Amino acid sequence: MLEIKNLHVQLEEEDKQILKGVDLTVDAGQLHAIMGPNGSGKSTLSYVLSGKDGYEVTKGSATLEGQDVLDLEPEERAAAGLFLAFQYPVEIPGVGNMTFLRTAVNAQRKARGEEEMSAADFLKAIRARAKELKIDADMLKRPVNVGFSGGEKKRNEILQMAMLEPKMCILDETDSGLDVDAMKLVSEGVNALRNEGRSFLVITHYQRLLDHIKPDVVHIMADGRIVKSGGPELALEVENNGYADILAEVA
Amino acid sequence: MALPEQKQSQIDERLSDLTLPEGGVWSSAARADALDRLRAMGLPVRRDEYWRFTDPRGLVSSDAPAAKVLVTDEAPIFEIINALKIVFVDGVFDADQSDDLTLEAVDIQRLSDAASTDIHWAKDIYGVLEARGQSPVQRPLAALNTAFATDGILIHVTGKVSKPINLIYLHQSETSDAILHHCIKLDAGADVTVLENGPAAARFNKVMEVEVADGAAFHHVRTQGRDHERSAATHMFTRLGTESTFKSFTLTVNGVLTRNECVIELTGDDAVAHVAGAAVGDGDFHHDDTVFVTHDAVNCESRQVFKKVLRNGATGVFQGKILVKEGAQKTDGYQISQSLLLDGDSQFLAKPELEIYADDVACSHGSTSGAIDEDALFYLRSRGVPSSEAQDLLTLAFLAEALDEIEDEDIAAVLLERLDGWLSRRRAT
Repeated sequence: MLEIKNLHVQLEEEDKQILKGVDLTVDAGQLHAIMGPNGSGKSTLSYVLSGKDGYEVTKGSATLEGQDVLDLEPEERAAAGLFLAFQYPVEIPGVGNMTFLRTAVNAQRKARGEEEMSAADFLKAIRARAKELKIDADMLKRPVNVGFSGGEKKRNEILQMAMLEPKMCILDETDSGLDVDAMKLVSEGVNALRNEGRSFLVITHYQRLLDHIKPDVVHIMADGRIVKSGGPELALEVENNGYADILAEVA
Repeated sequence: MALPEQKQSQIDERLSDLTLPEGGVWSSAARADALDRLRAMGLPVRRDEYWRFTDPRGLVSSDAPAAKVLVTDEAPIFEIINALKIVFVDGVFDADQSDDLTLEAVDIQRLSDAASTDIHWAKDIYGVLEARGQSPVQRPLAALNTAFATDGILIHVTGKVSKPINLIYLHQSETSDAILHHCIKLDAGADVTVLENGPAAARFNKVMEVEVADGAAFHHVRTQGRDHERSAATHMFTRLGTESTFKSFTLTVNGVLTRNECVIELTGDDAVAHVAGAAVGDGDFHHDDTVFVTHDAVNCESRQVFKKVLRNGATGVFQGKILVKEGAQKTDGYQISQSLLLDGDSQFLAKPELEIYADDVACSHGSTSGAIDEDALFYLRSRGVPSSEAQDLLTLAFLAEALDEIEDEDIAAVLLERLDGWLSRRRAT
């Protein structure tokens, strides 16, 4: 599904290397987790994959189902099936949540040469999915993320993911700022979307999220590289011993 | 006081080819008074305090700058709203295209008819509110209008009017120079909605005076658009009685030069005045909102909400003032002017002013200029919305606060749809 090879990235504005050769392959239907200390480049990886400005790829490649994504505009990546759940979802005053979602769903369909979703079908779909995530009608009507609590914003990200039905979902610290109940709700939302055609890359600091969302593979990222990969037990090791042992081991 | 030499020769030249229209006793007196006011003030020049941001030359010249008529298959904007239509072509009332001017709870007359009578209710409004509005800031183009307007509409509202009155201004001649003067009088408890739309003429000078009696409500929604080269100077003068309401919204798209002045006087307690505007300008576009709100009664509320989207070197101007007179306690005054600059060539010039002589008031004002929020743009794009469409969505979102000032949902929906259509058509070209 997602294949990243020797990816090197630096900031456009300053000569600072952030990713220093990331290699990562996520097969269809798999869920990979990336853990790592602050500043290791985890969020940068998610931004570079989704096409945010300000980063320059100096070496390496990233492909989605064989297609080079790094040359695509952000909206083209989205239409190709890539989705990023933001660590800090953006507030957009004046744009209703529902309008935003319908515009997005139909823009992607149009880009893929599919028919637009009718207003009735859209309403039906969004109501069902919002209900599962305990998002009420009021939240759907309000401007995108404006006045939402931290938990509401994250649930709204998952709602968008459910509506857009991407192939490759990247979750950037979706657990940050969530209480236990909200984390459970978000995790259930993610688990409901797991299937053999859809892959996930979950970036997190904490093992707790991975109790709810079971990863197939756990990667440890440090200083712009994946330094160790393993099974779910690797996350437990981090939880118990911190990163120091692992980093010492690979140094 | 004598005018400076340059202003004197300017006004002499301008008046040399104008003659006061013939009329009955009341209108002749009003026009003569207005001409005196105009002679004393002279015409605006760039050096005048309230014309520093807007070059008045195209508005004061003897000949109107020519403006091509835009050919479009677009229906007049309020066509789908059930309203009483009153049509002017290049500033002249057109009876054939207009509806019959009869409607319950309202008396409508053409100015040219009313002006020939010796006594008319309009004598207490025509040029009267305009004259009150000449101090402390001079508005010579409004005095010129009062003196020389021959056409316009006089509306006396006696109760709640069942449907809006829609003033449609068609533009046919490339060199038309139109002057229209409307007076609207709302009796106590009356309620009316007045719509205005259309480019009107190559150059348009319009005054609307609105007297709102106790407990009455005046709603006004206007669009100015289409013809790229048209210019306009418009004035609204209103005086509000106790517990009365005045709400005015203007959407401006296109036009090389537009100056909209709104002068509001809150003279009765507990009155409410909201004036709002949204402008979308591209290229050779200069749009100026000049607003003056005077609080002269207790517990009144005023709101000014102006938003401008500017690109390709367009210019937006906002000069807004709230004056709270002594004794106007419990005043609630709010003013916001914001621009969205879509490129580095466009500019927004704002002059917000507060002058307060009462001690128990709440007044706030703010003015901002900014570009499209890059984070919001990326967020939308990351969800699959193409960049240009995302930009338009954010543009509409920016204008939303001003559009929200329109109370009638049907009318607001018509405006929003038209705006959305314009944006998406521009995207397609």
